[in-house]
Amino acid sequence: MASKLGTVISSATEIAKGLGITLREMMQPALTEDYPDVAPSFQERYRGKHVLRRDENGLEKCVGCFLCAAACPVECIYIEAAENTELVRISGGERYAKVYNIDYSRCIFCGYCVEACPTDAITHGHGFELASYDVSTLIQRKEMMLEAAKPGAKAPVIAPVAAGGHH
Amino acid sequence: MDMLQAILAHPWFTPLLLTALIIGLFPLVAGYIVLVERKVLADMQVRLGPMRVGPHGLLQPIADALKLLLKEDIIPEESDKALFWFAPVISTFTALSAFCVIPFASGVYVADVNVGLLVISAMSSVGILGIVLGGWASNSHYSLLGALRSAAQLVSYEVALALALLSGVMAAGTLSMAGIVRAQQERHIWFIFDNYGLMLIPFVVYVISAVAETNRAPFDLPEAESELVAGFHTEYSGFRWALYFLAEYANIFVVSAVAVTLFLGGWLRPFPNVSWLELPFNYGFPALLFLLIGLGSLRLARKLTWRPHAIGMTGVGLFMILLAGVVLIPPVNAVVSSPFWFLIKVGGFVYLMIWLRGTFPRFRYDQLMNIGWKIMIPVALGAILLNAIVGMLRIS
Repeated sequence: MASKLGTVISSATEIAKGLGITLREMMQPALTEDYPDVAPSFQERYRGKHVLRRDENGLEKCVGCFLCAAACPVECIYIEAAENTELVRISGGERYAKVYNIDYSRCIFCGYCVEACPTDAITHGHGFELASYDVSTLIQRKEMMLEAAKPGAKAPVIAPVAAGGHH
Repeated sequence: MDMLQAILAHPWFTPLLLTALIIGLFPLVAGYIVLVERKVLADMQVRLGPMRVGPHGLLQPIADALKLLLKEDIIPEESDKALFWFAPVISTFTALSAFCVIPFASGVYVADVNVGLLVISAMSSVGILGIVLGGWASNSHYSLLGALRSAAQLVSYEVALALALLSGVMAAGTLSMAGIVRAQQERHIWFIFDNYGLMLIPFVVYVISAVAETNRAPFDLPEAESELVAGFHTEYSGFRWALYFLAEYANIFVVSAVAVTLFLGGWLRPFPNVSWLELPFNYGFPALLFLLIGLGSLRLARKLTWRPHAIGMTGVGLFMILLAGVVLIPPVNAVVSSPFWFLIKVGGFVYLMIWLRGTFPRFRYDQLMNIGWKIMIPVALGAILLNAIVGMLRIS
């Protein structure tokens, strides 16, 4: 009889404990982010839409080495490289990416391209609103991913003669 | 003027008005109970719940009702069409019929039947037919299994429920719902505390059986969504499904009302016979409650960024503060305070059921049956015996 009563009391405390947990959670503020109204916050390491970086002089970091395209497991990166010349200097290295396309209908956001890049030119940004009704719009060109040059940066030397221009 | 007074004094006036109010308003009330449930569950799971239709989702029930009304009405090809059509009607009809004996205040009921509790028991028993027939008529495995489980569960828990009620009836000496409340007033005690606290046992049995009787978590096996899709209402959609839901929430309200009437003093305020407590309990408490809700709403309204939502929430807040003022007017208070106490107790009981749903996982089927037959019924029988003996000793 005494043990039965003890069971009843201990079960009752267990039930009360369970109810107490939900009550305590109820007093906590909600974790929900108000996404469409307020921009969501991401972890620093979040792998979103790629961003192509520039160096401190405003030159593109990408040197057109194709290592990212080679590392890509779904082969969604398409590059056409071209030589930098005296007149047209786009990147800091010998070559630069004349065409740099990423097909986001195939990209799996694995981050291998970022790991493979020797010049830290390609990185993951926090952009994520990539949905589209038309698959053809999912191919992004270099200009759509390239970060803007910093205000203080020297502009890349684009054909100084032509720019200077009376020849 | 004489005409108006004759109408007001007519013995049919209150019953007819109440019937119209219940049938007209209960769907709305049920909708808002659903909203409260969704909000409370969301809070317990550290999320927000409905937020977009109206300020803090306050218009969500209306949007849901419109959606259900406009949905395509699907009757499965292979179903028993007449039964499929009729089953939700049985559930809703019986659930709403049970309202007719619930006393909202002294003299405010559709009928004071001298077997009021039996009417409610009978109605909830017949209501099971709606579920069983619905599951059978759907001609689907999931529906049939859900209906079978439901039948077995409701039949076994109804016994414990009725036995728990019996203890209360013994203490009151009557089956009439209004009579039970009057008995508590005369005895100066809520029956939950009667017989030196022994009435607590049938109350606990009643609460557990009531949760099982209304198919609520953790006893929601008939509609266990992880095993049976949706149980007996798998094939139902649109307005017929809404009728099942209306019946479920009506049943929740009814079992809460019975618990409040039988164990928690019905429409009586706490300590109904201590006259100096009338001011704090009949005037102070409701006014303070509405005032706090109003001020809380105003605070929430200031955080809302979208203007129409902010305006709506401010309106709600001001309305609540106005209500706080209105209940302080003595003639209004005399009418309103009894139903207020009844409804606030029912609200507390409904909240308890939501709280249980947010806390406990579903039982396995054999556990359910074990609890029902091996624990609830023996305990309820023992409680009757104990309360009968103690009650007799106390009187003599």
